[in-house]
Parts: sequence; structure tokens; C-alpha cells
Amino acid sequence: MGRYVARRLLQMIPVFIGSTLLIFCMMYALPGDPVRAMMGDQAYDPAVVASIKKELGLDQPLLQQYVNYMTGLLQGDFGTQIASQRPIKDVILDAFPVTIRLTLFAFIFVSLVGIGLGIVAGLRPDTLRDRGLLTLTLFLVSMPSFVLGFLLQYQFAFKWQVTTPTVTDSTDFSQLMLPAIVLASLSLAYVARLTRTSIAENLRSDYMRTAVAKGLPRRRVIGVHLMRNSLIPVVTFLGIEVGNLMTGAIVTEGIFNVRGIGLEIYDALSRREGATVVGIASLMVLIYLAASLIVDLLYAVLDPRIRYA
Amino acid sequence: MRGAKSAKWVAGAIVVALAATACGGNGDGEGKSKGSGPAGYVSIDVGEPQKPLIPADTNETLGSYVIQSLFTQLLDFDAKGNIVYTNAESVTSDDSKTWTVKLKKGWKFHNGEEVTSKSYIDAWNWYANIKNNQQNSFWFQDIKGYDDVHPEKGEPKADKMSGLKAVDDHTFTIELKYTMPYFNYKLGYTTWAPLPKVFYDDPKAFGQKPVGNGPYTFEKWEHKKLIQVKAWDDYQGPNKAKNKGVLFKNYTTVEAAYKDLVSGNLDMIRQVGPTDLPKYKQDLGDGAIDQPYAALQTLTPAFYSKTFKDIDPKVLQGLSMAIDRDTITKTVLNNTRTPAKGFTPPGVKGYQNLDTDVFTYNPAKAKKLIQEGGGVPGNKFTIQYNTDGGHKEWVTAVCESIRKATGVDCVGDPKPDFATDLEARDNDQVKGMYRGGWVADYPVNANFMKELYHTTAEANNGRFSNKEIDGLMNKADNAKSLDASVKAFQEVEKKLVDYMPAIPLWYYRINGGHGKNVGNVNVDFHGDLEVWGATTK
Repeated sequence: MGRYVARRLLQMIPVFIGSTLLIFCMMYALPGDPVRAMMGDQAYDPAVVASIKKELGLDQPLLQQYVNYMTGLLQGDFGTQIASQRPIKDVILDAFPVTIRLTLFAFIFVSLVGIGLGIVAGLRPDTLRDRGLLTLTLFLVSMPSFVLGFLLQYQFAFKWQVTTPTVTDSTDFSQLMLPAIVLASLSLAYVARLTRTSIAENLRSDYMRTAVAKGLPRRRVIGVHLMRNSLIPVVTFLGIEVGNLMTGAIVTEGIFNVRGIGLEIYDALSRREGATVVGIASLMVLIYLAASLIVDLLYAVLDPRIRYA
Repeated sequence: MRGAKSAKWVAGAIVVALAATACGGNGDGEGKSKGSGPAGYVSIDVGEPQKPLIPADTNETLGSYVIQSLFTQLLDFDAKGNIVYTNAESVTSDDSKTWTVKLKKGWKFHNGEEVTSKSYIDAWNWYANIKNNQQNSFWFQDIKGYDDVHPEKGEPKADKMSGLKAVDDHTFTIELKYTMPYFNYKLGYTTWAPLPKVFYDDPKAFGQKPVGNGPYTFEKWEHKKLIQVKAWDDYQGPNKAKNKGVLFKNYTTVEAAYKDLVSGNLDMIRQVGPTDLPKYKQDLGDGAIDQPYAALQTLTPAFYSKTFKDIDPKVLQGLSMAIDRDTITKTVLNNTRTPAKGFTPPGVKGYQNLDTDVFTYNPAKAKKLIQEGGGVPGNKFTIQYNTDGGHKEWVTAVCESIRKATGVDCVGDPKPDFATDLEARDNDQVKGMYRGGWVADYPVNANFMKELYHTTAEANNGRFSNKEIDGLMNKADNAKSLDASVKAFQEVEKKLVDYMPAIPLWYYRINGGHGKNVGNVNVDFHGDLEVWGATTK
């Protein structure tokens, strides 16, 4: 087990280097010069542009820039933003906790409500409550998140006035509730459907019949025998979804004015702040890698037949 | 049991992750920013400034808002574009070449230091120095000795411009390289603000926590969230704050800001988003702001492109007459623009009524003019624009209008974002026309012509070059007085109609608003809300 984890962790290093290099090259290939773009529509002085680029090392060849960046990164230096001249580490540290709070909130919501609904429906397939769930999730899947966002914002904040329309304080969980629910709704629908199908399927399997025949109490049959086996696809999905919830929140972040990592990377992209994009993207790569490792480990917990040596 | 063992691992990992985020959460808790802020403060949707808060390094709107609240330069303008002296007692010149500035006495920086001639001269020398990479350094290029501190290549030869001389603590002279009758108007830009001595100790730290001489003192800057400034009781200028302070709040979208304005969490909004435009007057009532300001949008032909190389100006006049400005501004643009009738917008000195029908929709005449001029090569051209600025709709409408009226095929040439758009313009890669925009730097008509259509102008990305126009502009710059210069530029504008270096489309309007908790919100000449004048109820 320990060796397995160590090997997986070591594998992350080449993946990390490869993905940063790729993103770095892509940023470089994009048209548009960040220093020039900063100057905007009005008149500007090319001499200043050249001087700033020289100072930031942006006039060097691509590979040299990458080497410089990686050397800095190894020493914990993410670089400096071109326009704001703030250390990128600070920028990330400002946005990351916000995103993590929102994601965690949404993720817990997805897991609890999604799996819960899935179980409720899956245990009685083809009944009214199952059909009801299928319709509800179909509704959620087909509804674009900005529609749902504006709708909930209008209802809760303007009609009933139970919450503020936008997030003014991202540490206040009651304000984060609405964006978290909107963010969670799509994956919630997937999770509920996955759980429901998987449970309905496994209900008919041989080991279930054996367990019931053995005379085990119903709670143990469902809680241990059925759940463990049925949750494997759901856990796989949830593992990947953590990353999606973090980066895919741009629309929701925009509606509710949450300054998270999604908007940060979007801003950086449109301003060609290469180092910021690479920094955030690399962090996301790390999070994806960690999430998939945790998912793989969870398999062993759920299915005793899976062993890691 | 192996399963149980691995469960421990996972549980451990989750605990670590949770602990890590919890730490992050706590650290953030100190700087809480609640809805409307301290009593008597007004709030406005002004997002994160792009750069540190140094006057000469800021040219975008968001940063300018904050800089304007913290710093006061020599003079300012009223809504009609006339000079209002702020820190200066007077700025005068006998020959338009050497200018004498007299400062008001008793002015101080927020830290108590007195504002003297030296505060200005040292600051300007620092701003202009190429080593300091100030974005607006070229604003000082008219001053004698600029080339020594800001050579085109290589190290500066001096660290002081020879044209700046202090006479006494409150008087100094500016000698220019050439005559420029409207130079005093340039001084109204925030870039010309003075700096206290503490600046030079650590410019970087200063940019995060500036000390100015303006109506407000700096309180705090929570990056990407909020900048808070407090009214300064000792301020002596005419634009003394009428509220207790300002919160510049960052919003991710204009729609989110609008929602907060309607629900009372925000006091002022600079621009209503397109989705809310149809109903904002109804929502805000008296709070709705709809005013023109000195900015112009044009279609600028690239005179190096295959299509428009050596084009007969008659064709451009024809294209101009094929655009139904009235209908497009009313429908597609929701009255956020006013149809243009010349190269200079109202609100700047020298705005005139050009006696021409080139800017009026007339399909028959348009067709005739294009034919007389030999037509558009290939009978087709493109309009380059950036898709991240909401331009697609009107570009399509303009193209449709031209196609219908004249049969000339016109298509959009979208660039994914502003950076890509600018790069194509700078590198002379525009295939047909591009979307040009210009906001007044100072309210004089020269700003809308000299900086855009002179052969040597940096922003002349269409590469329009005409000896006659260049000569007329140079002559206008040499005029004895401001009035004479403005008049000469009016003649230039009349001539421009014959050459059509660009097709003016419309003047901008500001469509903003304020909530019920504030009043007296006015707009200045370049379309910024005057936050200092806003009063709380």
C-alpha cells in the first residue's frame, strides 16, 4: 500500500513537468503581447514596452523562459504579474481559499444529496418516486447553469429576500449557499442518476440474493453489501468532478460575484498573463492527480477484491 | 483487513485537506467587507486597477478612478471642458513655449509634507525616466530635455529634464521643445500629479499604499475585492469630498453589480450591462444616468491593406453614407451612443457643426459616390473587432446596412480578444478596416486629430499619411494662442472630410446610475462619475 502510494506520487513529477511545459508553450503560441495589451487603445510608447519586457525576461526565447520559470518555481517563486506587479503566489493565495470553500460546499452537497436521492430512487425502481427523480434530474441536466443561477438569484434574493444577491463576503457560508447549489446542480443530477442505476442493477445480483437468504438484517444488506459495490462508478465520477467544480465555476462565479480561481485564470488568459495561467493550471493538474489517487485508494476500501501492492 | 487499513489512509488524507482549507478560511476572515461599508461612505463598482497606484503608470479607467480620488494635479476641467484650477493658482504662457506655473500656497500631502514646485518637478522627472517604465511617460515628451531622460534606445543621459526649472517654492517654469498652445490642457490629466518625498524611498510599496494630495486619503486595498479611501478634512481644492469616504468595489460582471445596486448594496454603477439596459431607467427612476461624453468610435481603414491602398476618398465617403447610424444606435445599441457628425465629439473645445452630408444616411448618393471613386477593390471588405467587448452586434448591423445600401459585401473579422486585436493593428496586419475608439485625454479638438491622423502619431494604426493634413496640423500647433489653434484645428477637421482617414460612427454615452441612498452624482467630460460630489441621504 505505502509503496503503491509512493510510486503514484513519483509518477506525478513527470506528468507535472510535461503539463506545465505544454501550457507554457500554448500560452507562448497565443497571439497578443501582454505588455502591449496593457497599454490599451490610446497612444503608448514602444520604448517603454521594450524596457518592461526586458526587465521581465519576456524578450528571451521560449525554452529559456521556461527554464527560468521552473527554477523560480522550485524555489517557491511563482513569478510576478505583468500588470499589477503583484507576486503570483499572493494572487493564488487570495483566490484559492474562496474556490476551495465553494467547491467543498458544493461537493458535500453533491455527495450527500446526490447519493441520497439515488439510493431512495434506486431501491424502488420504476415507482413514482423513481420517475420523479428521473424527471427532476433530467430537468437539472438540461438547464444551463446561468439560467438556474439567475432564476435562483431572482427568487431567493429579490422575491423572498432570504439572501444577498451577490457574495460580498466569501467567508460567510450562508452567502455561499446559493452559488454552491447552482454549481452543484449539474453534477448532482449525474450523481443521483449514476447511483440510482447502479443500485437498481445490483439489487438483482447474486450476492444480494445470498445476503438476503443468509438472513442478514436489511440495514446490513443495503448498507454494506449493496452500497459498497454500487458506489464505485459514483466515486470515480466524484473524483474527477472535484477538479471540474473548481475550474468550471466561471459562469457561476460571474453571476454571484465570487472571486475564485476560475475567474482568475480567465482574467489572466485574456490579459496574456502567462505565468499566472501556468501557475494556476499546474496547481489544478496537481489537484486532479491527487483526486485520482484518492479515488483509486477508495476503490480498495469499497471493493475488498481490489488490492494494491 | 486490507480494506480497513487503506480506509485509514484516505481518512487521514481528507483530514489534512480539510485542515488546510480551514486554515485558509481563518486567514481570510480578518478583512471582512460587508455590504455598504462605514456610515457616510459611498460605494461604486470600480474593479481591481490593473497596475500599482502610481499616477503615471495608470491609464485605464479603473485605476484612474482611484488615482483621481487620491491625487490632485494642477488643474481640472468642468463638464463643458473649461479649465478649473485645482492645485495651481495659474498656468500661463506668453509664447506657448515657456509656461509658468504658480501653485496655491498651503497645500499639503496627506502625510503633512508641503506641496512645492519640487514635488512636481521631481515627480515629472521620475515619471519620464525610461528606467522607471512608466506607461504614461510619453506624456512628458513635449518638455525640453525629455529625450535625455527617455531616449528611444539605451540608457538615459540625464535624470532631469532641462525644461523644468523651479523659480521659488511655489512657482516653476516649463520650457517645451516647440510651441503648443493647448499644453495647459494636457496638464489636466492625472499623470501630472505631484509626489511626496516618501515615494522615492520605495516606489513599489507606495504603489500599494499611496500618499497623495487629493480629496481622499488611502485607507486599504483588499486585492480584487475593494479599495477604501477616506475623505480628507484638510483638503483645499474645489473638489472637496462631500461624503465621508468611498468604497471602490470589484464586481465580476456588470450584471452582478447592477443586482447589488438595485438591492441597495451598492450606491453607484458606472455602466449598466446590455441585458439590463432596456429596463434600467424604470428600475432606477431619478437615479438613472444617461449623458454623452467626449469619446468617439470609428471605422478606420488600414491604408496599407490590399483593399484600401490608394483608395479614392470618395469611396470612403460613400461607405460612410451607407451606414444608417440613427437606426443602429436606436435599436442595436439601445441608445447608448449618439450618431457622429464629425471627427470631434461634443464637450471638447472646438466642437463644430460640419456642413456636410457625409455622415447622413443616403443610400442613393452612397452608391453613386462609390461608383465615381472606382468602387471597393473586390467589392468586399472586412471590419476587424474584438469579440470580448460586445462589438459583434453593431459590426454586423453596420455591415448589413452597407450591403443593403450599396451592394458592397462587408464581413466582420473577429479577433478572440482585445490583445489579439491590438497586435494585428500594431503589426499592420489589418485586412480591411478596424474598429477604432478614442476617449478624450484632454478636452481640445487637437486631441482627436493630431494624435490619430498625423503621420507620426503613435495611435495612427490605419497609417493614414497626408502631407497637406500634416502641414495644417503642424501649423495649428504653432498658433499664437489657444483660440487660434483650436480654430486652425477646426479647419483641419473640415479638410479631413475630404480625405476620410476614418469613418466616424458615433459618440459614446454613459449609461450608469445610482441608488436611492445617494444624490448629486455628476459626470465629467471623459465619462467618469464624480465620486467626490456624491452625497449620502
